[in-house]
Amino acid sequence: MAFYFVQFLTGLASAASLFLVASGLSIIFGVTRIVNFAHGAFYMLGAYVAFTLTERFSGALGFWAGIVLASLVVAVVGVLVEMVLLRRIYHAPELFQLLATFGLTLMVQDLVVMIWGPNDLLGRRAPGFKGAVEFFGQNIPTYDLFLIALSPIVLGLLWLLFQRTRWGVLVRAATQDRDMVAALGVNQKWLFTSVFALGVFLAALGGALQIPRDAVHHALDLRIIVDVFVVVVIGGLGSIIGAFVAAVLVSELNAFGILIFPKISIILVFLVMAVVLIVRPWGLFGKQEAAARRTPGLTVNPWRPLTSGERLAAWAGLAVAAMLPLVGGNYALTVGSEIAIFVIFAASLHFLMSVGGLASFGHAAYFGLGAYGIAFLAKMAGLPMIVCLLLGPLLGCLGAAIFGFFAVQLSGVYFAMLTLAFAQIVWSVAFQWVAVTGGDNGILGLWPEKWAAGPASFYWLSIGVAALAVAALRIIVFSPFGYALRATRDSLLRSEAIGIDAKRIQWTAFVIAGSVAGIAGALFAYLKGSVFPDSLGISLSVDALVMVLLGGVETVSGAVIGAIVYKMLSIWLVSQTDLSKLVLGGVIVLIVVAFPKGIVGMFETLRNRRRPELPKPALLKSRIEGAE
Amino acid sequence: MRRRYLLGAGLAVMVAGMAHSAFAQSGEIKIGEINSYSLLPAFTEPYRKGWQLALEEVNAAGGINGKKLVVVSKDDSGKPADATTAANELVSSEKVVMLTGTFLSNIGLAVSDFANQKKVFFLAAEPLTDAITWSKGNRYTFRLRPSNYMQAAMLAEAAAKLPAKRWATVAPNYEYGQSAVAVFKKLMSEKRPDIQWVDEQWPPFGKLDAGPVVQAIAAANPEAILNVTFGADLVKFVREGNTRGLFKNRSVVSFLTGEPEYLDPLKEETPEGWIVTGYPWYDIKTPEHDKFIKAYQAKFNDYPRLGSIVGYQTIKAAAAILAKANSDDPEKLIAAAEGLSMPSPFGEITFRKIDHQSTLGAYVGKTAVKDGKGIMVNSVYRKGSDYLPSDAEVSKMRPKD
Repeated sequence: MAFYFVQFLTGLASAASLFLVASGLSIIFGVTRIVNFAHGAFYMLGAYVAFTLTERFSGALGFWAGIVLASLVVAVVGVLVEMVLLRRIYHAPELFQLLATFGLTLMVQDLVVMIWGPNDLLGRRAPGFKGAVEFFGQNIPTYDLFLIALSPIVLGLLWLLFQRTRWGVLVRAATQDRDMVAALGVNQKWLFTSVFALGVFLAALGGALQIPRDAVHHALDLRIIVDVFVVVVIGGLGSIIGAFVAAVLVSELNAFGILIFPKISIILVFLVMAVVLIVRPWGLFGKQEAAARRTPGLTVNPWRPLTSGERLAAWAGLAVAAMLPLVGGNYALTVGSEIAIFVIFAASLHFLMSVGGLASFGHAAYFGLGAYGIAFLAKMAGLPMIVCLLLGPLLGCLGAAIFGFFAVQLSGVYFAMLTLAFAQIVWSVAFQWVAVTGGDNGILGLWPEKWAAGPASFYWLSIGVAALAVAALRIIVFSPFGYALRATRDSLLRSEAIGIDAKRIQWTAFVIAGSVAGIAGALFAYLKGSVFPDSLGISLSVDALVMVLLGGVETVSGAVIGAIVYKMLSIWLVSQTDLSKLVLGGVIVLIVVAFPKGIVGMFETLRNRRRPELPKPALLKSRIEGAE
Repeated sequence: MRRRYLLGAGLAVMVAGMAHSAFAQSGEIKIGEINSYSLLPAFTEPYRKGWQLALEEVNAAGGINGKKLVVVSKDDSGKPADATTAANELVSSEKVVMLTGTFLSNIGLAVSDFANQKKVFFLAAEPLTDAITWSKGNRYTFRLRPSNYMQAAMLAEAAAKLPAKRWATVAPNYEYGQSAVAVFKKLMSEKRPDIQWVDEQWPPFGKLDAGPVVQAIAAANPEAILNVTFGADLVKFVREGNTRGLFKNRSVVSFLTGEPEYLDPLKEETPEGWIVTGYPWYDIKTPEHDKFIKAYQAKFNDYPRLGSIVGYQTIKAAAAILAKANSDDPEKLIAAAEGLSMPSPFGEITFRKIDHQSTLGAYVGKTAVKDGKGIMVNSVYRKGSDYLPSDAEVSKMRPKD
C-alpha cells in the first residue's frame, strides 16, 4: 500500500514540471493564438541559464536566486522575440507564427551547443532538498515534495492573477474573443507582450527547476515540447486548471502504467489525447472556439485556374526540370528525385490545409504508411515494383480513411493535435512491432527494379509523378468538389445551410491528401532503399508544415515552391556545415519577416498590386462580392 | 582540418564523371566519412578529433603508398534518410573509394544496405547492433567497435560470478536496449539457470521519467540490476536512484557507463561499484596507448574519450586496408580487409573473415569516485575475439553473400 502511495506522489512530482511548462504554453496560445513551437526552447534555455547562474552563485540563497533570475532572463529574451519577430506577423495567416517559432527552435539547438559545449551538464542539487524522507520503508525525495507543493501554489497564483486583477480580466477576455477586446480599445500590443513574457517565464522556470534532477543538454526542448502540447490540448486550450488536471492525469497514468506495461511510456500521452479528443472534442476543460469573424475571402487573393500563358510556363518549367539528366550527375539527380518526392508530399498537405482549411500535424503518418506499404508488398509478397507503386499508397489511403473519419469531427488546433496523436500511434506501432516492421532498424533492401534503377530514370519517374499529382490536385481544387471544400473552409454554417455535407466533404479531402502523401512515401522508400519509423515521425510532419507555410498557405500551389526551396536548402546546408540548424533556422526567420504570406503568396500580392487594372473576369468579381 | 569542397554554383558543379577515378588519376585518395555531428556532438566531437589525429599521422608517414589520404566528412543529422543522401553525395560527387563512420544503429544499417546495393566498401565505426554483421550483414560492410553481443558477453561473464539471483533490467525502448537485454539474459541464463528475472523497465530513449521507474524497480526488490540507459537518461536514473537508495546493497551491471562520455557528466554522483564496460584512459599503461594519448593530448590539449579511440582507429584501419589493397576496387578492398591484422591503442586487432567484425575489445571494471569525479577501477581489457560465438553459430546467422 505504501508503495502505491509513494508511486502516486512520484507521479505528482512528474506532473509538476509538466504543468509549469504547459501552463505557460496554454496562456500564450489562449491569448495570442500562436502555436509556440519555441516553448521547449525557452524551457531548455531556462535550464542552461540556471545551470550557469547556480554554478556561479554559492550557497542556498545563490541557488534559489539563480533559478528565479534565470527565468527572468529568459523571459526578457522572450519579450525581445515577441517584439522584434512575432509582432510583425500577427496578421499573417493562421499558423504562420508556427514557422517563425520553428526557425527559432532550430537556431537555439545549435546556439546552446556553441555557448555551453556539447557535453551533458550536471547541475547542483537544491540546497535543503537533497535527500529523501522515509515513508513505511519507501524513500520519497524531498525535492519531489517541494515540486508537489509548488505546482498548486503556482496554479493558485495564476488563478488570483487572472481572477483578481484588471490585467487578468483582459487576458481572459482576449482568450474568449480577442477581436472584441481590440474593438473596446485595449492596447493589444502590450497585452500580447506581457502574456508572452509570463508564458516564457513559466517555461524557463520549469526548465530551471529540473536541474537538480536532470542533465542539461541540447535535446531538452524536443523532449518536452510535444508532451506539453498534448497536455495543453487534453486540458483544453487556454484553461490553466485543465492543464493542471491533464498533467496530473498523464503523469499518474504513466507512473502506474509502467507497472503493468513497462513499454507504455512511449505512446501513453498520445493514447490519452486521442481518447479524450474523441470523447470531448475541446479537451477536458475547453470550450468550443468562437466562430472566426474574419471572412477569409477578403484576405485571400482570389483563386483562378492558370491562364494559358501560365500553363505554358509550367510546361516549360517541367521541360527544363526534365533536362537535368543532361547536365547533372548521379548526386544531383538523386537530390532532384528527393525534392520531387517532397513536392508531392507538401502538395498533399497543402491541399488539406489551404483548400480544406484543415492543418494536419501528423501528415507524415500517411507518407510513412505508403512507404511501409511498399516494404510489405515488395519484401513479403515479392510483388514487382510497378504493382507495388500502384498498391503501396493504398495503405496510406486506408490509414487516412480510418483516422480522417475521427479527425474531421474536430476543427482548428484540436483537429491538428488529433492527427498528431494518430501519427504518433502509427509511429509507435512501427517502432515497437519488431517482428513485422523491424522496429527502429527498419526494413532494408527495397531498391528499384532495373527499369527505374538508374538515377536518371528514377528522376524522370519522380518528376513525372510529381507533375501528375500537382496537376490532379489543382484540377480537384477547381472542380465542384473543390468549391464545396472551400465553402466548408470559409464558413461551415453557410455551407451546411446550402446543403453541403461538410464532414463527408472534409473526410474525402483527408483521404485524397493521405493517398497522395502515400504516393510520395512509396517513391521515397524506393529512393532510399529502406524504410524506417522516422518516415512516420513528428519531424517529417513538421517539415511538411514548414514547406506549406513557406510557400504560402493562401495560394493554390505554393507548396511546390516551398518544398523546392526548403528541401534544397536543407540538403545543401547539411552537406556543407554541422551548424545547418542554425543557418536554416535563421533563413526561415528571415523569410518569415520578409514574406509574411509565404514566398509564392508574396509574389502574388506584389503582382496584384503592380497590375491593379488587370481586367478580371466577371465571374471572379461576383465571387469576391459574394464573400463580402 | 576538415576538407570542404564548396559547391560554388550548387548543382551545376556536380557533373557526371567516371566512377572510381580518384585512385588512378590524382595524387590523393579520398574516403568518405558520415556521422551524427549535429545530433550527438558529445560523442562525435571527440570522435572527429580522433580521426583527425589518425589522418595527420597517416599522411606524415607518407600517406597510402605515397598518395595523400583525404577524408571528406558529412553530417547525417541523425536520420537514416539523410545519411543515404550523404553517402550518395560522397560516392557519386566526391568519388570516395570507401565509406566510413556512423553512430546510430539504424543509420549504420541504412548505409550498409546502400553500400551493398552500390557495391561500395563500408567500414562502420560505432553502430553496436548485432544485425550489421550478422542477420543483416553483407560482404561490403565491416565493423570496428565491439558489438552489443560482445559487450553483453563480457558483462555476463563478470555478472555470473555475483551471488545475486533476482535480477531486474532497465533499458531504453529501442533496438539497442532491447537486444542488449535479450543477449545478456540469454547468456546469463545459460551460465546461471538459477537466476530469476523479476522486473523490466523500458523507458523511451531520452525521455526517462526517473522517479516512477526507480520506484517500480525497487518495488520488485531485485538483488541486482542490469542497466542499459546512457546519456541524459543515465544521469536522471542515477540521481533518482541515489536519492531513493535504489543502489544500496544491490549489484548493478551497466553497459557503456565506464566510457568517459557517459561517466564524466555524473561527477560526484557517480555510483560506486557498478560493473561496467568503458574506457579508463587514465589507467591504461601499454606502449601503444601511451603513444596515442601523448599525441592526442599534444594536438588537442584535452583527454580522449572512447569516441576518440573509435575515430582514430577507424581511419587507421581504413589506411591499412587501402595500403594493403593498393587499389580502389571494392572487391580488392574486401579481400585485403578480410583477416587483416593491425595495431591499435588497445593492442592488435583483426577483421574477421567470417563476419567482418573486428576483434577490438573493451575494458571491464568497476566504477568509483575520486576527487569528485567518476572513474573506473580494477579495469581489465577483454579481447573481442574471446567473446564471440562459435563460427558455426555465426555462419548460421549471417546470410550467404
